[in-house]
Amino acid sequence: MTTETNPPVQFTPDRLTKAQEIIARYPEGRQKSALLPLLHLLQEQEGWTSPEGMDYVARMLDIQPIEVYEVATFYTMYHLDPVGKHVIEYCRTGPCCLMGGEDVLAHLKQRLGIETGQTTVEGQFTLKEVECLAACGMGPVFQIREKYYMHLTNERVDEIIDELSK
Amino acid sequence: MATKILTEHINVPGIETFDVYRKQGGYTAVEKALKTMTPDEIVEEVKKAGVRGRGGAGFPMGMKWSFLAKPEGVPRYLVCNADESEPGTFKDHYLMKNLPHLLIEGMIVSSYALGANKSFIYVRGELMYVIHILEKAIAEATAKGFLGKNILGTGYDLELIVQPGGGAYICGEETALLESLEGKRGNPRNKPPFPAVKGLYQSPTVVNNVESIATTSWIVNNGGDAYAAIGIGRSTGTKLISASGHLKRPGVYEIELGVPVEDFIYADEWCQGIRPGHKFKALVAGGSSVPILPANLALTLENGDKRLMSYESLSEGGFKTGTMLGSGGFIVFDETACIVRNTWNFSRFYHHESCGQCSPCREGTGWMEKVLHRIEYGHGHQQDIDLLVDVARRIEGNTICPLGDAAAWPVASAIRHFRDEFEWHITNPQEATQPGAVYRGEMALV
Repeated sequence: MTTETNPPVQFTPDRLTKAQEIIARYPEGRQKSALLPLLHLLQEQEGWTSPEGMDYVARMLDIQPIEVYEVATFYTMYHLDPVGKHVIEYCRTGPCCLMGGEDVLAHLKQRLGIETGQTTVEGQFTLKEVECLAACGMGPVFQIREKYYMHLTNERVDEIIDELSK
Repeated sequence: MATKILTEHINVPGIETFDVYRKQGGYTAVEKALKTMTPDEIVEEVKKAGVRGRGGAGFPMGMKWSFLAKPEGVPRYLVCNADESEPGTFKDHYLMKNLPHLLIEGMIVSSYALGANKSFIYVRGELMYVIHILEKAIAEATAKGFLGKNILGTGYDLELIVQPGGGAYICGEETALLESLEGKRGNPRNKPPFPAVKGLYQSPTVVNNVESIATTSWIVNNGGDAYAAIGIGRSTGTKLISASGHLKRPGVYEIELGVPVEDFIYADEWCQGIRPGHKFKALVAGGSSVPILPANLALTLENGDKRLMSYESLSEGGFKTGTMLGSGGFIVFDETACIVRNTWNFSRFYHHESCGQCSPCREGTGWMEKVLHRIEYGHGHQQDIDLLVDVARRIEGNTICPLGDAAAWPVASAIRHFRDEFEWHITNPQEATQPGAVYRGEMALV
């Protein structure tokens, strides 16, 4: 899938060391176990899980590229297309909806001017709807990278977007 | 004040650090286990405790441990299932975030009991910040000599690895989790062979939930009999309940098994009742996969006795009038909640999360979601209700793993108890599709 027009992907020296540590922790011949952690590392660096990056990870683990693609497409956390600077992963599941999650989501969409799956024109925000984030008692909830935003209201959503837009 | 086995020190400032945790009596179970007990003695205490798997299945943990095959020269593994993704359940998230060392201490004790020298904690990838908390705690414990080579000079070695998942509910099923841990798609495996014989890397493996493993330190310190003395009947010990929905005070609470459901909802110590000005309509007691109950059946058994928070009492009456404790995901609905909309929401979840391996689940979850969607949006037909019951029946029991059952039960139970609400949607589409419209017919609110 690599084409000459796309620059090759490589881990930064720090991440390369981390990747080697991750691979070394599994038993001999079981290095494929490092696949999910390495894909997380790749996405953290590149912002998304690109085909070039997946090929790079395949070479690193000495497995076929298809073995990486079939895994990356199974799990929902790997962004297989480029995304904005902030990816908002909004919980659309039952308990959050009971607490008004659907209304707050409608407000968020209006505020950003995009639908689920889209990215704002200036590339700041991508909106994704996800299933349960395991914070049901604190709903409605969304997550941006490693941070959870809980007890969301329309006002709180506006504050968060204002803050991140700065 | 009720006994707290897991959360007694949860509010102590700095409890997430090794030093504070140690000061509160932490890691004494590791010292006791490794220095004074044989692995078999620990397994025996866990058996005596009668602790049942806290991930939802409720299988006795000691029995699971005793099934572990022990061939010579083959490594054994302990894998902690921290992939908690069931809607309504968030107690493992809470436990790991606040008490990482409690889980790590439990992992050391349990790994020693099972003869594992390399153990894994498989955490859902969404909780990356929790993964960092656990990794930091592991580094602290290693620096203090409680992990790594020759722990406390006893000759026992243990390496503990935190593995991030990729965001798939199915990876909470133990064999799918093992596939995922091996770097593959999280498709459940056929059983047998069971993981106790051929698990991770085809080696004997035990997979236990976070909460289950976290109890082992207390059992080692206090003995299995002391644990079994807490709780009620075969529901021994304490249980973390994740309470959400229309409650005055949702949150995670540690209860002794056996308290009445009514007390758990209304007592000051726990949820403090339904949010002000509203009435109790329905309950999902054990995470989204268990059957939903109308308020009256949630609070009382058919004979009029109070229903209790225990494996046996919640399932009293079978699926006709009962439900399950499951993972303890306690979702409360007041009269503003639309059962049809919620059932559709749960169906969407199971459709999205089906791994697609078995046809009944792959196709059936999609059909149920579609039919529920058209009922909710005012395009339902009279025969749709029976169609849903039929599809649910054809999924249940016909898949490799229990995700099919988990998808079928919410739909079948919602229709069993709230059929008039589905009928109202079909016969009054215009009214039912108004924003916030909810059926207000004959309904026993409490």
